[in-house]
Amino acid sequence: MNSTAPALSQAAAGHRQPRDRRKLADNVAGWSFAGPASLIILGFSLIPMVWALALSFTDSDLQSPGQNVGLANYRALVADPVFFQALRNTGLLVVLYIPASLIAGLLVAVLLNRKVRGIGFYRTCFLVPYIASATSAGLLMGYIFDRDFGMMNGLLVKLGLPMQGLLSSPSQAMYVLTLIFFWTRFGFAVVIYLAAIQEINKEILEAASIDGASRWTTFRHIIVPSVRPMTVFLTVWGVIDALQFFDLVMTTTKGGPANATVTIVYYIWQLAFTYFTAGYGAAVAYVLFVGTLVLIVAGFLIARRKGVMA
Amino acid sequence: MKKLRLPSKWHLVLLPMSVVTVLPFVWMILSSVMTQGELNRFPPPFWPEGIDLGGYRTVLNGSNFPRWFLNSVIVSGAIVLAQLALCSLAGYAFARIRFVGSRITLVLVIATALIPFQLTVIPTFLIFNKVGLTDTLGALIVPQLSSAVGIFLMTSFFQSFPRELEEAARIDGCSRFAVFFKVVLPVARPALAALAVITFITAWNDLFWPVVVINSDANYTVQVGLTSFQGQHRADWPAIMAGTVLTTLPVLAVFLFGQRRFVQALTGAVKG
Repeated sequence: MNSTAPALSQAAAGHRQPRDRRKLADNVAGWSFAGPASLIILGFSLIPMVWALALSFTDSDLQSPGQNVGLANYRALVADPVFFQALRNTGLLVVLYIPASLIAGLLVAVLLNRKVRGIGFYRTCFLVPYIASATSAGLLMGYIFDRDFGMMNGLLVKLGLPMQGLLSSPSQAMYVLTLIFFWTRFGFAVVIYLAAIQEINKEILEAASIDGASRWTTFRHIIVPSVRPMTVFLTVWGVIDALQFFDLVMTTTKGGPANATVTIVYYIWQLAFTYFTAGYGAAVAYVLFVGTLVLIVAGFLIARRKGVMA
Repeated sequence: MKKLRLPSKWHLVLLPMSVVTVLPFVWMILSSVMTQGELNRFPPPFWPEGIDLGGYRTVLNGSNFPRWFLNSVIVSGAIVLAQLALCSLAGYAFARIRFVGSRITLVLVIATALIPFQLTVIPTFLIFNKVGLTDTLGALIVPQLSSAVGIFLMTSFFQSFPRELEEAARIDGCSRFAVFFKVVLPVARPALAALAVITFITAWNDLFWPVVVINSDANYTVQVGLTSFQGQHRADWPAIMAGTVLTTLPVLAVFLFGQRRFVQALTGAVKG
């Protein structure tokens, strides 16, 4: 990277000057404008990225530098049941959340893309859970889905149904968290899809309706194909988002009961900052990172093969 | 007489959906003014019997909440101002000025958006530990002074913006800085507003990094403070809900006020 930390020289920026002085002035101006912002970002991502890799080969405990332990962390990981539990929990979240948010997002966007009154009101409603913090959403939903005091079980009782364990049940907690996560996020898909649908050429849609195309045909053969780039984007974004699932776990179940809701990032946090096995935490983080990259690249290749990204 | 237009039948689908979506927040507000007795009943009531501010008193007087709130205001405010300044400068340079290494730097910066924070969080903590800045508000601000999303937004804004005005000013002999501050910034107001809204909401809501780097109660942000408050007042639901309302109000206000800009920023960042 070019690291000419340039002084703020304004004198060089006149208009009648030889070409190379002008070039120099552009370089000085360019780097003094873009340098600080870029250096902060690159400094806080590239250096830690390399450092994390180095850490993953040590037994660092956050305080002392730590001894080199070679591949011991990675070997330990293969035999770590909590790691695999975290992997399963996170995988379940991704597999349920991505299709649900894409389908719900697109359907609501299609419904909103009409001359209905109050479109702004609806959009606001669907976005409020998205802008509220995970802390607020977590505490609120933690209460609503509480086994003993919550509204949800209250509702079930009123309907004459049996009470459920919900967030206290090892078999239900991860599903409830997935539902909460979906609730906080699907408004984003609505907004993105709605913007894309509004860009579709009105004449095509009119021509389709003149030709007697049914609503379903229009949806299937015009809307779905034309928002496909957004679908690809939302899938990639959703995978990244879901793999980083942390806040809601922290503010509801704290990984319990019996590790039923430990996600990978929650586990990394526990390893590094509550058990002080930072080297091991870094190894888990690297495995997740490389796994994510492979997933995304594979997704892109498949999408390209199917001609989605043309 | 004008023909009365019947409301679209799609409201029958949209209305229940939107009600279900916001109902938890409505109940958050309702339950924050209930008494502990009401909320410890099962099933909990939907409507409060009266307005009881005990929950708000507990959270405001019985905890450090006002301090946490102030910390969050300071941290989010500093981050928003810094990003407005640094990201708009950088975005302008990447869009307009030809300088050595600009392409590769921009690509690298945007690529960092794919690096998950959990990968870099441990070394980032070690960096702040080494310089003795853990458990300070500065540690919350410094890593967020600039952002890939912000640079991306501002770069694409300036790329789509006509250059004629600036060129006229340049020919009149204004320096790059003068052009930027006098000509460019005033017209960039919509983009700056969008960036401010999105940055504020992200900064205000952050939980992961503050949980990692802040230890002492006095330096908590409102999100960390509320989480710890809940741990200490497990059964005091009105107080927890009151704290949740107070924590959500600022982002809700900014969102409602700047919703158009917020949606523009989201969709703009995607279309880019």
